[in-house]
Amino acid sequence: MIKRATILITLVLLGVIFLQMVVTYSPSTALNQLSRHYVVSGPDELGAANIVTAVVVTYRGLDTLGEVAVLFISAAGVGLLLQRKAVDEAEKRPRRPSSELVGTAIHFLLPLIFVLGIYIFINGHLTPGGGFQGGAVLASGIMLLLLADPDTRLNHHIVEWLESSAGFGYVVVGVLGLILAGGFLDNRFIDLGTLGELFSAGAIPIIYVFVGLKVGTELSAVLERMKD
Amino acid sequence: MMLLLLSTVLCAGIIISALLAVHLGNVVSAAISAGMASLFAAIIYLVLAAPDVAMTEAAIGSGLTTVIFLYAIRRTTEPPDK
Repeated sequence: MIKRATILITLVLLGVIFLQMVVTYSPSTALNQLSRHYVVSGPDELGAANIVTAVVVTYRGLDTLGEVAVLFISAAGVGLLLQRKAVDEAEKRPRRPSSELVGTAIHFLLPLIFVLGIYIFINGHLTPGGGFQGGAVLASGIMLLLLADPDTRLNHHIVEWLESSAGFGYVVVGVLGLILAGGFLDNRFIDLGTLGELFSAGAIPIIYVFVGLKVGTELSAVLERMKD
Repeated sequence: MMLLLLSTVLCAGIIISALLAVHLGNVVSAAISAGMASLFAAIIYLVLAAPDVAMTEAAIGSGLTTVIFLYAIRRTTEPPDK
């Protein structure tokens, strides 16, 4: 009874909050001061054609470092909790063989998925997407690999090495920005180049390659741990 | 007008698949419905001109999360034929 009443009261209160938001909503017709600054001076200051990337990697770069740290901690937690026990072959749960459709398609699709993922994070400063999205696409390629052949084992030395050196490289680039340019994760210690070219926007592509590799390896490690 | 219609349909899709995810008895179907809700959200982000968010939502929300749910369901339920 009390539980029901609590739920009802919570729902009513939520309804009141949302009603307030709907009633007072008026679509904004102009950018606010901060967004205008990002949009107007972002391309000149940082040389990134994709404003979202300029904000995510440079203006709010510390937040992105925090996000990467959160992802790292959750991947480490999954790895710790789901430690692989040495299971007897006989006790192993019998696996259904994977579908022939997946097994055949993977030969064609896996290289394409990896190329797409790498393309997304290398071109993060030019086109939509970036390190997180590219890394997630890489991990979905690994997922397809695990689905096609459930006995696949990732090489943990390579995964660990890639993951930790990418994280280390990210922080090193940030510190280089602190020493050589205006502040932590400032991308301007490398020549900004021409707006819209692949090698432009200073250190943003380098940071996004690190982020992409880190996110990709972490999500792949989580998937592999969850699998068996 | 077209945009409004499309957004309405997609929002209805999100709500319906979220309700299905809550009410379906079978956990596997519920996990897939949750993935569907994410997929509709990804499309609506794309329609509303946020391709960066749409990519993240499609890859993580509807792809990886669904598979992680399915793996978790398999680990926590008894094998059917044993």
